[in-house]
Amino acid sequence: MAVIKVGKENFESEVLNSEKPVLVDFNANWCGPCKMLKPILDEVAEERSDVKIVSINIDDEDELAEDYSVYSIPCLVLFKNGAEAKRSVGLIPKAEVENFINE
Amino acid sequence: MFDIIIIGAGPAGLTAAIYARRAEKTVLVLEAKSYGGQIINTPDIENYPVCPHISGFDFATGLYEQTKALGAEFVFEKAVDIINGEKIKEVVTEKGKYQGKTIIIATGSENRKLGVDGEDRLIGRGISYCATCDGAFYRKKTVAVVGGGNTALEDALYLSDIAEKVYLIHRRDTFRGEEATIKRLKEKTNVEFVLNSTVTSLNAEKRLTSIEVKDKDGKVTQLFVNGLFVAVGRIPETQNFGKTVNLDESGYVVAGENCITNADGIFVAGDNRVKSVRQLVTATADGAIAATEAVKYINQF
Repeated sequence: MAVIKVGKENFESEVLNSEKPVLVDFNANWCGPCKMLKPILDEVAEERSDVKIVSINIDDEDELAEDYSVYSIPCLVLFKNGAEAKRSVGLIPKAEVENFINE
Repeated sequence: MFDIIIIGAGPAGLTAAIYARRAEKTVLVLEAKSYGGQIINTPDIENYPVCPHISGFDFATGLYEQTKALGAEFVFEKAVDIINGEKIKEVVTEKGKYQGKTIIIATGSENRKLGVDGEDRLIGRGISYCATCDGAFYRKKTVAVVGGGNTALEDALYLSDIAEKVYLIHRRDTFRGEEATIKRLKEKTNVEFVLNSTVTSLNAEKRLTSIEVKDKDGKVTQLFVNGLFVAVGRIPETQNFGKTVNLDESGYVVAGENCITNADGIFVAGDNRVKSVRQLVTATADGAIAATEAVKYINQF
């Protein structure tokens, strides 16, 4: 499954009400490490069906970033059953993204 | 077995790979995270010859593509040790072992941490090591910068245009940075200098709410800040190689401009080498030199 772009209008349906765990990638166009992380997340999204991966651009969605206290990007937040389960800040390699989802 | 194993895929390591491949040597690049090194955090590079403006991401990606097109192999694993045999050298990673005739250590450096309780937990929740990356989150907020070098001064200046108020905390009363930047900072009405002081505690609920600083007389002051930008220098990522090559007291690999270490067949390139100017252009220069020296070494093998 490809990475889905999410905003305020579909955050509830795509993230909070999702049956599967959701990995939310908070990012911005001007952020180099975010751009490095993107192809890694694309790959993981294609390979796995047990987790949904979504992308939130913090410049377009500043309210969501504020609501979830995102103050550094890239920031990965794993949501389970509508609540934040854990988060990771900064660029991490693919194996660590997988561990982050699995553990 | 590879002719050259390069540890680190930043500008130094990747440039070394280009030179090595053009000399028709086989090359393995080992990288713990992703290609590019710390330059990917720079939004706009303005001091690299012929590139008046290029983003760190574009620079790193271009360099990586160029290296790959020349036939360097990449493995994304962290190097944890070097076994320095006379003819065959081995790099041990977290997952395997790779043999080479020569090794170039181009592991760069990482941010030095403040070392205050709770720092790790608050990364991304108020603690940042990169003002240009995270400054935008602190529009009209109060922030502090800690450090006394050019990075700290430039961070404070950058943030003073974004944040409502900026404290600049430094453990001495004089700065190591450029006089021109200090002058510009002093002209800013929203920058307050907190000198002869160190950060002693971080207070947080969900995120950072305040910090405590202690001055040289022992007086503790609480500063209410939304963000703390840590700019207290960098440390070379050489911890795993100290038994193989000589390091100076700060951990930098000892080698001159020729990038030759004390260990035969092992070279160093980039920010982790003892040097006075650590810039993109000096990192790539090191890469070219280290690769050329490695090629020379192999040809006498």
